[in-house]
Amino acid sequence: QAEVEETLKRIQTHKGVIGTIVVNAEGIPIRTTLDNSTTVQYAGLLHQLTMKARSTVRDIDPQNDLTFLRIRSKKHEIMVAPDKEYMLIVIQNPSE
Amino acid sequence: MPVTHKTLVKSKQGSNAQSQQKPLAAKTAKVVSKKKDEDDGTEIGEGGDEWMHGKTLIKPPDQLDLTEAELKEEFTRILTANNPHAPQNIVRYSFKERSYKPISSVDQLAVHFFLEGNLLHRDSDEARRQKAKQGLPDEKATVVTETEDEKLETPLQAAGGEEAGDVEEGGGEDGAHSVDSKTGKKEQKLTNQFNFSERASQTLNNPLRERGCQTEPPPRASFSATANQWEIYDVYLEEMQKQEKNKEKAKAVPKKEDDKGKKKLTLVETQSDDLTKVAKVAKIIERMVNQNTFDDIAQDFRYFEDASDEFREQEGTLLPLWKFQYDQAKRLSVTALCWNQSYKDLFAVGLGSYDFTKQGRGMLVFYSLKNSTYPEYNYPTTSGILCLDIHPDRPYLVAVGFYDGCVAVYNLKEERPEPVYKSSSKSGKHTDPVWQVRWQKDDMDNHQNFFSVSSDGRVVSWTLVKSELVFTDIIKLSLVGAVSEGPEGVPPPTMACGTSFDFHKQINYLFLVGTEEGKIHKCSKAYSSQFLETYDAHNMAVDAVKWNQFHPKVFISCSSDWTVKIWDHTIRTPVFIFDLNAAVGDVAWSPYSSTVFAAVTADGKVHVFDLGINKYEAICQQPVVAKKKTKLTHIEFNPVYPIIIVGDDRGYVTSLKLSPNLRSKPKWGRKKLDIQFSGIHYYPPSFLFLRKTG
Repeated sequence: QAEVEETLKRIQTHKGVIGTIVVNAEGIPIRTTLDNSTTVQYAGLLHQLTMKARSTVRDIDPQNDLTFLRIRSKKHEIMVAPDKEYMLIVIQNPSE
Repeated sequence: MPVTHKTLVKSKQGSNAQSQQKPLAAKTAKVVSKKKDEDDGTEIGEGGDEWMHGKTLIKPPDQLDLTEAELKEEFTRILTANNPHAPQNIVRYSFKERSYKPISSVDQLAVHFFLEGNLLHRDSDEARRQKAKQGLPDEKATVVTETEDEKLETPLQAAGGEEAGDVEEGGGEDGAHSVDSKTGKKEQKLTNQFNFSERASQTLNNPLRERGCQTEPPPRASFSATANQWEIYDVYLEEMQKQEKNKEKAKAVPKKEDDKGKKKLTLVETQSDDLTKVAKVAKIIERMVNQNTFDDIAQDFRYFEDASDEFREQEGTLLPLWKFQYDQAKRLSVTALCWNQSYKDLFAVGLGSYDFTKQGRGMLVFYSLKNSTYPEYNYPTTSGILCLDIHPDRPYLVAVGFYDGCVAVYNLKEERPEPVYKSSSKSGKHTDPVWQVRWQKDDMDNHQNFFSVSSDGRVVSWTLVKSELVFTDIIKLSLVGAVSEGPEGVPPPTMACGTSFDFHKQINYLFLVGTEEGKIHKCSKAYSSQFLETYDAHNMAVDAVKWNQFHPKVFISCSSDWTVKIWDHTIRTPVFIFDLNAAVGDVAWSPYSSTVFAAVTADGKVHVFDLGINKYEAICQQPVVAKKKTKLTHIEFNPVYPIIIVGDDRGYVTSLKLSPNLRSKPKWGRKKLDIQFSGIHYYPPSFLFLRKTG
């Protein structure tokens, strides 16, 4: 348990990381380092996108599964790592 | 009326004469009428007779006098239907005969009364048109009810009067009309005009009541799901797993206690599953974040090939990649490095201290190339680690040798930070620091075992039996050569101090041991007291001894006496000697070429040699650490990727990529290499190249 906390803390304090969000299976954010409205927005949108991506991957081959999803934009990069029950979203500015 | 009768019978003349005859007729008529009156009797009565007698003949003055003969003359009159006003002598011109001819037949019709009425004949056009207008609704009904014709014909026939007549007339339309009278628009009902009475009665209408009941609606929940191929697959997998579990339960019924224990475990899991399940995901994310931060390094690692190597004839460079450091290991120096054979990006770092005075704790740390900021595993130890080895077949077993003489085995799969096995003073631990451990192949009973060498002069084999370490002394290193008498006649210590060893790659029982005195002994597992061979290798302690991975006869040794020597084990003198100008910490053969090896020195440099290219010089000499004071302590080649990791005495591990020149594979086979080496046989030892610093 403590290890996970530590890992999350390390991620949050890593260079260039703007924010981290932990989202549960229903799309409700559990933990966040951003403000509420941004968190809710990110969580909702990315949850849908991740579900869609996962569905796509598994439709092609049901034995396969989505490991992670990276969305690189001009300003920063959004990384989503889905799990059976939780989903972790990290927004990082890679160029810093 | 009697008057007229008479005139019918008797008159023959025309109508003009009729008026004359009237009084005569009246006379006779009187007589006749008398009789008639008498016959009738009742109607006229007596008064009629008196009236008749009382009447006298009054002659008008201008009446025509006729003789009696003329009076008796009978005139016949014929009553015809001829129109008296109709002309009887219509004449027409006939062109055929060119004369006028009388028309024989003349129209005798006399219209007495003319009245325009409002009745139309049923079949006339106007009537039909009217019927059409009115009859459209009727006719529709008739079309519908035509099918009922047959049914209704019989009751209709029983019906009265005109309706039956209509049916008998036949024809669809008529039948339909009669049906019409019943079903559709009612024709006026023909009633008896005299004694028809219509009576109607109404039954009692029950008052209407409305009653309803409503049940409580069943609980409803909206449900939505998608049925994708993978969802179906998931369900099937779950089913299979359940079935397998059931099978296992059916087989292992008597194990109730275990189940209870398992239940407890599962309970604990569900309570604390809040964030532990995020662990795996968090790890992935951490690696991704690191990859982003060190993106250029990752790209270099994968793709960068130094193009300038083409211009440098034979030399190569080392490109620094990641640098691994752990905060808690700052004061410690890297004392051991080992790559994992199965997971090519995982390597183990043993941390401790070489300094005799600064002995304290140690650490076993595992890093992955995917995450350079934080170790994958780390185990703090009470004593400094001096050596480690990862089992080649079981990548989760790690053997570790400590400064305090213990050996331990860690199982990476287990969560706890203590080793799975640890030797203790009872179980034959070394009395001096353990300098090298090496896993061996599983013994006959499929137990894992490893060897260790220590300064107390023993080479010990440890076997993992169930939960214990069982040790077996393989060989005791005894001092060979001159024995100097200690003070007071105390027999000098006969044990040599082993500082390194290595097992032959192909010949399992053959191994080399380097000692503190600078000798290298070739030993066999079979012989516990005797060495097969002894080489006078160095002037100082032999820090590392390594067999060549391809060539079965060649091995290399390095020492703090600044030299690196290459040997052929059949020859007692070294084949090559390299002077590196500083204490050599470690040396390693490359896994891709039999002629390439690298050495690290205390002045922070890495020397890479390729005997196939240049037998006398290093093809790369490069300082890899910033501060010159840091000593490099260990070096290891990655078995797959063209990188090396170098550990220094500040606790840092640096990874470097070999440039293409350093990675050239030998173009010749082994035979040529033999020739290469065998050619040197013929050189007397004096011709060996001793390289002086320049």
